[in-house]
Amino acid sequence: MPETTYIQAISDALREEMERDERVFVLGEDVGAYGGAFGVTKGFVEKFGFYRCLDTPISESLIIGAAIGAALMGFRPVAEMQFADFISCGFDQLCNQAGTLRYRYDGRVCCPIVVRAPSGGGVGGGPYHSQNPEGWFCHTPGLKVVAPAFPDDAKGLLKAAIRDDDPVLYFENKYLYRRIKGEVPEGDWATPLGQARLVREGADASVIAYGSAVHHALAAAELLAPDGVSVEVLDLRSLVPLDKQAVLDTVRKTGHAVIVHEDWLRCGFGAEVAAILAEEAIDVLDGPIVRVASQDTPIPFAPALEEAHLPNPTKIVAAVKKTLRAET
Amino acid sequence: MELRAGELLDMYYYLVLSRTFEERVSTLYKQGRVKAGVFSGIGQEAICVGTCYGLEDEDFVAPAHRDLGVFLVKGVSPRAIMAQLYGRATGLSGGKDSALHAGEPELNVFGTTSMLGAQICVTTGAALAFKMRKQPHVAVSYFGEGASARGDFHEALNFAGVHRLPCIFVCENNYYAYSTPLPLQMACDNVADRALGYGFAGKVVEGNDILAVWHTMREALYRARTGAGPTLIECKTYRWHGHSEHDKAMYRTEEEFLEWKSRDPIPRFEVYLREKRILTDEVRGDVAEQARKVVADAVEYAEHAPDPTAADAETNVFGPPQAAE
Repeated sequence: MPETTYIQAISDALREEMERDERVFVLGEDVGAYGGAFGVTKGFVEKFGFYRCLDTPISESLIIGAAIGAALMGFRPVAEMQFADFISCGFDQLCNQAGTLRYRYDGRVCCPIVVRAPSGGGVGGGPYHSQNPEGWFCHTPGLKVVAPAFPDDAKGLLKAAIRDDDPVLYFENKYLYRRIKGEVPEGDWATPLGQARLVREGADASVIAYGSAVHHALAAAELLAPDGVSVEVLDLRSLVPLDKQAVLDTVRKTGHAVIVHEDWLRCGFGAEVAAILAEEAIDVLDGPIVRVASQDTPIPFAPALEEAHLPNPTKIVAAVKKTLRAET
Repeated sequence: MELRAGELLDMYYYLVLSRTFEERVSTLYKQGRVKAGVFSGIGQEAICVGTCYGLEDEDFVAPAHRDLGVFLVKGVSPRAIMAQLYGRATGLSGGKDSALHAGEPELNVFGTTSMLGAQICVTTGAALAFKMRKQPHVAVSYFGEGASARGDFHEALNFAGVHRLPCIFVCENNYYAYSTPLPLQMACDNVADRALGYGFAGKVVEGNDILAVWHTMREALYRARTGAGPTLIECKTYRWHGHSEHDKAMYRTEEEFLEWKSRDPIPRFEVYLREKRILTDEVRGDVAEQARKVVADAVEYAEHAPDPTAADAETNVFGPPQAAE
């Protein structure tokens, strides 16, 4: 099977869903003739026409608000934030409008929008082109949040997000766009929301991660293997809804939990996972729950600073050793 | 296009019904029976009725927090609205939200959130949907002059102008954003003047003159339905009550209030209807009685409607789990 890049998988998912369902359309900044800042919608205008791949003014609140309005009228809009960082400008529409609609109407309406958010650092983007703001939205009721790590999930999760009747935030990691390739099965399939994926089996410690952190975790597992440390890696894929069972299962198996993400540490999603483990699996833990995440600072620009800021395999190795050391 | 006698009387009925409903709600609030925040539109009724009367079911409306008349004219059940204010299980929100933060999807009525102006963006999305499907429907957004200071107002009108969307933006300029007077809200003379910056027409209309509102809306509807794009209609008006029922509105003078009260849209319309020999004392009494009965029925219904239970608190956050295929 030919290999597909992560970004191509995103583009393929969008195109196939737009071919399959005429209610699906894309709107965002520079998504039209230009094809999107990263090229995800290249050729879409030619194929689908002006309105189904609609350039908007620089108006994130409008982009999300208009997506909501079109969704209420039966469309299934996919809104692109040029960078996930800019989603703050559409925060109210997402959290107070999209996330509350079904509840406020007591189930009589739904809001099937997808907001694509190119996120993540490691690309020299500095404070405003590197953020991972998923934590804000995981905290907000009514929003689903996914973050693929591999091309097949990039495609499958986007398809599932588009087909879902609730608002879904789709965090696609820019660092992975062209660096990660993988086999993506053909055909009409989707990755169910709310199902984690065990990407490496191991016996000694569980590393629970999502997005770019999954790749750091896998690299860390390789680094630890020669020392005889067997690391299991769980890719959450979907943060809301969360596959809690998969989290509990892996930690019950290994007795050690390291949680890794690229979002900031403080009140990041790792804190939620840690709390679940503390509440429901404290009896099986043989060491402290350890989190690895970005430093609690704005994301710095200079390479040396950014490297210090972000999680990486070395930091994860240290975290695994920390939780294992506590056992002895 | 002229209104027939029956239509004029219909509009008059909705004015009276709005007034009667809100006066009753105000009393119920003071009695502690209605616990929701009550944002009265008394004094402003001509705008909701004059703009909504004659809209189609398919037309999308996004009423703001004191636009009861939009709900009523669009056909939302007074019982469901009253139950909403009571927080009952049979209210529009099933008790999950209060006031007019609700709607009736089947009638394309979508109420506001408390982030005033946010619904203007949502309205443009509905209009975009109509345009994409080449449907002759219109999306109407309501907001006060206060909300016109929000970025969402600018983003939405700008976008609607760019794509000549079938949108009508109805600004109810009642001179106060809660307590903040107009001179502290904007430096231009009229909210409607801002339309120039978005490339479409802005109209100023006497908001307490229901016929002026109706005629201005007709022109805007014609423009929207024929692809000529959006219109911003600024209706000058005044809210008689405070921002909400707890607010005694001490920030304005009695003289100002009385001056505006003398411009009450209901007697003003009555004068016209009497001149046209459409309204007699008898008809006036009948309309008042009918409105009173509808409101009494709604109150009776809401008083005895069931409350939601604790088990309902966590329902309808998300839809049922879906198969991804």
